[in-house]
Amino acid sequence: MSTQEHTVTHIHRDDIGARMGMWLFLFTELLLFGGMFILYSIYRYTYPDAFHLAAKDLNTIIGTFNTAILLTSSLTMALSIAAIQRDRKSLSIFLQFITILLALGFMVNKYFEWSAKFSHGIYPGSEVLLAKPSGEIVFYGLYYVMTGLHGLHVIIGMVLIAIMMRFTYKGIIKADSYVKLETVGLYWHLVDIIWIFLFPLFYLIT
Amino acid sequence: MNETITVPTNGKHPSYLEYKGKYKGFLGWVLSTDHKRIGILYLVSILSFFLVGATFGFLLRLELIAPGRTIMDPQTYNSFFTLHGVIMVFLFVIPAIPAIFGNFFLPILIGARDVSFPRLNLLSWYLYIIGGLLAIISIIAPGGAADTGWTFYIPYSVRTGTNVIYALFAAFVLGFSSILTGINFVTTVHRLRAPGMTWFKTPLSVWSIYSTAWVQVLVTPIIGITLLLVVIERTFSVGLFDPALGGDPVLFQHLFWIYSHPAVYIMILPAMGIVSEIIPVFARRTIFGYKFIALSSVAIAFFGSLVWAHHMFTAGMSNTGQFIFSLLTMIVSIPSAIKVFNWTATLYKGSIELAPPLLYVLAFIFQFAIGGLTGVMLGILSIDIMVHDTSFVVAHFHYVMFGGTGFGIFAALHYWLPKMFGRMYNIKVAKSTFWLVFVGFNLLYFPMFIMGWLGMPRRYYDYLPEFHIYHLLSTIGSWILILGILIMFTNFIVALIRGKKITEKNIWGGETLEWTIDTPPIHENFLEIPTVHEAPYEYKQNETDIRQFQEVK
Repeated sequence: MSTQEHTVTHIHRDDIGARMGMWLFLFTELLLFGGMFILYSIYRYTYPDAFHLAAKDLNTIIGTFNTAILLTSSLTMALSIAAIQRDRKSLSIFLQFITILLALGFMVNKYFEWSAKFSHGIYPGSEVLLAKPSGEIVFYGLYYVMTGLHGLHVIIGMVLIAIMMRFTYKGIIKADSYVKLETVGLYWHLVDIIWIFLFPLFYLIT
Repeated sequence: MNETITVPTNGKHPSYLEYKGKYKGFLGWVLSTDHKRIGILYLVSILSFFLVGATFGFLLRLELIAPGRTIMDPQTYNSFFTLHGVIMVFLFVIPAIPAIFGNFFLPILIGARDVSFPRLNLLSWYLYIIGGLLAIISIIAPGGAADTGWTFYIPYSVRTGTNVIYALFAAFVLGFSSILTGINFVTTVHRLRAPGMTWFKTPLSVWSIYSTAWVQVLVTPIIGITLLLVVIERTFSVGLFDPALGGDPVLFQHLFWIYSHPAVYIMILPAMGIVSEIIPVFARRTIFGYKFIALSSVAIAFFGSLVWAHHMFTAGMSNTGQFIFSLLTMIVSIPSAIKVFNWTATLYKGSIELAPPLLYVLAFIFQFAIGGLTGVMLGILSIDIMVHDTSFVVAHFHYVMFGGTGFGIFAALHYWLPKMFGRMYNIKVAKSTFWLVFVGFNLLYFPMFIMGWLGMPRRYYDYLPEFHIYHLLSTIGSWILILGILIMFTNFIVALIRGKKITEKNIWGGETLEWTIDTPPIHENFLEIPTVHEAPYEYKQNETDIRQFQEVK
């Protein structure tokens, strides 16, 4: 009885497929936030005055600052992909690290912004908030939920980029195989784009 | 990322059941990324949940056998119909066909070795199991099982003291599992079709699973966020939907049905694919109107996503809104009818073999026609306002979902199980069981149409004496049905243990790719990826015979 070796190429590489999968996932993310944007627009229509009043209390300066931070982080993310395409490994790792730092800066600002609101007694279920008209309760409900969920996405993005840094360091992500980093980049741009919509809706339209 | 696995094979290729990968035994199953093994994992878990859901349904029917209290108190009754709904909808009907047969057969039908993202596929199964566990926790945890109905309508769902949060989280996690499966299948169909398999040469079940996958991807996130918002609202008393905090409960209903109506197409479309697959095989004929059946799946997926508000005709909506949603609802019936006409046209002058799969398919057509036509009735505003929230709606829903999808699943089990395990079940038993299931089903649900029309509200614990006869008949029907299902499952289990072994590749005479590979399939499905030259369901010999016969006449 002769033992024959049988070889199969089991997992194939399909970069276009991987990108397609990520785009589909980003669709679902857009729809996830889309549900909340629908809520926002309908409640804004129902309570125009209360939304106007409540939005005035948000800190536009911190909001603007955070927008600038996120936009820059998108730039460094894109540059890190460009770097790995040119086979500049350590530059790519450095740019990914900067992206994480910027994301961290965003979260720190968010922390100070939320704690300031909390110290004024404005948080879900608080007496101060419940004493306000229902339009403002809904505004702050949406504010906490939407920016909170966006913040969660920022944290997930930071973890993903950290994993990509390790992959780049170990050489799994390299000049001729960088689809992982590219898809994480796509995700990071989505996080950015959602903020681009949240920022005017909550901070600018007053 | 080319991973090469070398296996000593003695010149033979082991079937996926015997294949030895990195892990052995139980771990070899729960850590396998082979789409066939994942399909079997789903098969076992989904059918187990089906039996749990069926038990709740059976007990509900038993309670309703006579007016007044029979076996349970009203609170238990409320919990039971909630659990019956949540388990059947989220853990059985939605995932059943895509997750079991889609996983097992989609790659084979398009001539691929696996899905695009095998590891993501396994993750989907784990999410399914976590969702299932959360559902079980919601039953046994202190506080009492959720009693809101599977629709979780606000404001009751933020006020009740029962374990709504676990049930909501279960549905959320299951939705995530469903999304990942959808993404996987869309990518697989786009990227991994065998050379030569153009869009109009793909089998029809691939078309329907593909359309379903799009619906899964596009609408599931909406229910995900909606249920999550209810969880947040309950936990942190954030004002979102609760009218006491300025919210709008009707808005919850909109967001809920934006998903949950398309979800019924996630349930029915794959079953329609199964029907389109089975009919040509047992009629030995080319499917009639291939392109129409294929594109009607896409049309159902599209229009089905735009009709959600017909669940809310009585909830407060403008006349214009009612009119538009009623019209769109009517439009969905067109592609559905196209399918039914094409199926019957395929059977016409076919050489029909009444094997168990075809019996279930014929029952599907019969029951789906009843369920579908009553659906058109419910889409008519005047009728809907009269029978809204009566057991007429319950009957309609079960005729489509159980009489349609449920029977589609049974048909698929009878059609593909021998291929999956290389064992044959007892055909005679299967045929006689079919009649039990068919009679039981119709006796169970048809009386609901009548009593609903006469004014019996749904979800009621007690009822007036004039409805007694219908409830009695219905409960007797549930006994026959459950008996039939138990015999069917026993037949399968006996077949798996000591059924006749089969190695024949093509047991039914099908012309799609799964019948060209070994029974049970080898680990790699295809040693060489096939090149496809012809459309599926050609049956050239038969078609020539029929034509000659007609010319002679």
